[in-house]
Amino acid sequence: MEFLSALVVGGLFGSGIYLLLGRTPVRLIIGLVLLSNAINLLIFVAAGLTRGKPPLIPDGAVVPPEAVADPLPQALILTAIVISFGVLAYAMVLFRQAFETRTTGDLDEMRATDT
Amino acid sequence: MNILLIFPIILPLTTASVSLLFWRFRRVQRLLGLIGSAALLVSAVLLLKTVLDQGVISTQLGGWPAPVGITLVADLFSAIMTLLAATMGFAVTLYSLGTMDARRETFGYYPFFHFLLMGVCGVFLTGDLFNLYVWFEVMLMASFVLLSLGGEKAQLEGGIKYVTLNLTASAFFLTGLGILYGMAGTLNMADLALKLDDIGSSGVITTLSMLFLVAFGIKSAVFPLFFWLPASYHTPPVAVSAIFAGLLTKVGVYTLIRTFTLLFVQDTAYTHSLILIVAGLTMVTGVLGAVAQNEFRRILSFHIISQVGYMIMGLGLFTHLALTGSIFYIIHHIIVKTNLFLVSGVARRLGGTFELKNLGGLSLTAPGLTVIFVISAFSLAGIPPLSGFWAKLILIQSGLEIQSYVIAATALTVSLLTLFSMVKIWAGAFWREPVQQKEARVQAFPLQTGSTSQWIIYLPMVILSILTVFIGLMAEPVLDLASRAAGQLLDPSAYIATVLVSKQ
Repeated sequence: MEFLSALVVGGLFGSGIYLLLGRTPVRLIIGLVLLSNAINLLIFVAAGLTRGKPPLIPDGAVVPPEAVADPLPQALILTAIVISFGVLAYAMVLFRQAFETRTTGDLDEMRATDT
Repeated sequence: MNILLIFPIILPLTTASVSLLFWRFRRVQRLLGLIGSAALLVSAVLLLKTVLDQGVISTQLGGWPAPVGITLVADLFSAIMTLLAATMGFAVTLYSLGTMDARRETFGYYPFFHFLLMGVCGVFLTGDLFNLYVWFEVMLMASFVLLSLGGEKAQLEGGIKYVTLNLTASAFFLTGLGILYGMAGTLNMADLALKLDDIGSSGVITTLSMLFLVAFGIKSAVFPLFFWLPASYHTPPVAVSAIFAGLLTKVGVYTLIRTFTLLFVQDTAYTHSLILIVAGLTMVTGVLGAVAQNEFRRILSFHIISQVGYMIMGLGLFTHLALTGSIFYIIHHIIVKTNLFLVSGVARRLGGTFELKNLGGLSLTAPGLTVIFVISAFSLAGIPPLSGFWAKLILIQSGLEIQSYVIAATALTVSLLTLFSMVKIWAGAFWREPVQQKEARVQAFPLQTGSTSQWIIYLPMVILSILTVFIGLMAEPVLDLASRAAGQLLDPSAYIATVLVSKQ
C-alpha cells in the first residue's frame, strides 16, 4: 500500500510541476492544485499508513489499548487543505483579473514588470 | 502562562478584526490602525525587556505540555525581530496615514496591514514547525492582498509572479515538513533538535534540509531563487513596498537562521558551506542587478537581494562573531531599507516619477528629504560611523578570522558597488539640476509645507534616520545585544530546556 501511494505521490508531483512550467494560466492553476494534493498525500504516507485502527479511546480508559493510526498527520493535512483552498481561490481571481484586459493568455508575454 | 508572548499576535488580530467591523468608516480604521500598531510596539518593547531579564521564555497554549501543546517561545533573536517588526509597523502606519489613497483605505488596507503584522510576529514567536507554516501562510495571504490592492495593471502582473513563486516555496516547505514528521514523529522545534541528533543518519537529514533551504531561500530571495522580488516589489504603493522590503524577506532569513542553527547542524561542512557560496553569489548578482537599473524602487529592490547575501553570509560562516554580524546586519538593514523606500515615495510625490532620468534637483526643493536619504544611503553602503559600517565590519572580520578570504573580499567589493549605485540615485534624483519636462507631471502632488500630512509623512522617516545614526554612534549596546542573541543561537540548550519544561 505504501509503495502504491508513493507512486501516486510521485505521479502527482511530476504532473503538477510539468503543468507549472506551461504557458497558460489555467495550466498554472491546475499545476498548483495537483502540487498541493501531492503534498497532502505525501504527509499522509510519510507518517505511516495504519489500516482499520481509528484513534478512538474506549470509555474510562486514558490511553488506547493497542497501537492506533496517528491522528496528527490528518490534522495537518486538514489545515493544509483549508489553507491551499483559500490561497488557490485567491490566485484564481487574481489570474482572471490580470488576464481580463489581455487578448492572449500567454504567460511568457507578461514581461512589463520584469527587469 | 506568559502573557507577553501572546500580545504581539493577539494585538494585530484584534486591531484587524475590529477594523473589519468598521468597514465603511475610514476614519475609525485609520485611528484603530494607529492605536493598534502603537500598542504592538509597546508590547514588543516589553517582550524584549523580559527576555533580556529572564532569558528564553516560552508558553504552551491549549493546556498540553511541550511536544504536544502549541508552543510560543521567544529567545533574544525572536524578541529583537518582533521589536523590529513592530517598529516598522508603527513607522509605516504613520506614513500610510499621510499617503494612502482613499480607495485603498476603503477596501481594507489597514485590516490587511495588521494581518500581515500578525503573520510576521507569529513566525518569530512560534516554537513549532507546522505553526510556522501556518503563520507563513497568514503573512502571505495578507501580502497577496496588499500587493494587488488597487488593481493596477502592473500590480496584478507583479502579483502573479509573487503569488506563484511564493506558493511554490510553501509547497517545498510543506513537503519537507511531511517527511520530517515521518522521520522524527514530532514537529516541535525544541523536540526536533533533540530527536534529529538521535536519528544518526545525517545523510537523510542533510537531504531533507535542502528542501527547507530551497523553501526559505525563495522566501528570503537568495541567489538563483530571487526573481519574484524585483518583478513585484516596485509595483504596489510605497507604504506597501516599504513594509515588504523591511520585513518579508527578513522573515525568510529568520527562518533560515533558526532552522540551520537549531535543527540542521549535523553536517555543517556541507550545508553551511553551501549557504556561504549562495551568500556570495546573492550579494554579487543583487548588486550587479542594482547597478543596471535606473528606477528608484527597482534599484532598492535589487539591493534587498544583495543585502540578504550579507545576512546569510554570517550563517554560512557559522561562528559566534559571524552570527553576531548577521543579527546586527538584520537590525541595521530593516531600519535603513524601510526608510529608503519611504524616501522614494516622497521623491515620487515631489518629482512625479520613480525614473531617475526624470527626477532631479531634490536637494534644492527638499533639503530635509536629502539629509534623510544621505543618512540611509551612506549607512546602506557602509560609510562610518553609520550602522551599516559596523554591520559589515563585524561580518568581514569574522570572515577573515577563519581564513574565508574569498567571501570577505566579495563582501568588500559588493559594498563598493552598493556605494556606486547609491551615488547614482544621489546624482540622478537629488544633486543635479531639475529636469525640464515637456509633458505635464500628471501625478506629482507636492506636499504643502507645514501641513499635517507633511508632518505625518516625515515623522517616521526622521525616527528611522535617528535610529540609524543612534545605532552607528552607540554601536556597543546593540553589538552586545546581537552577541548575546548569537550566543543563544549557537548553544540552544536554554531554548530547548525552556520549551520542554514549561508546562503552564
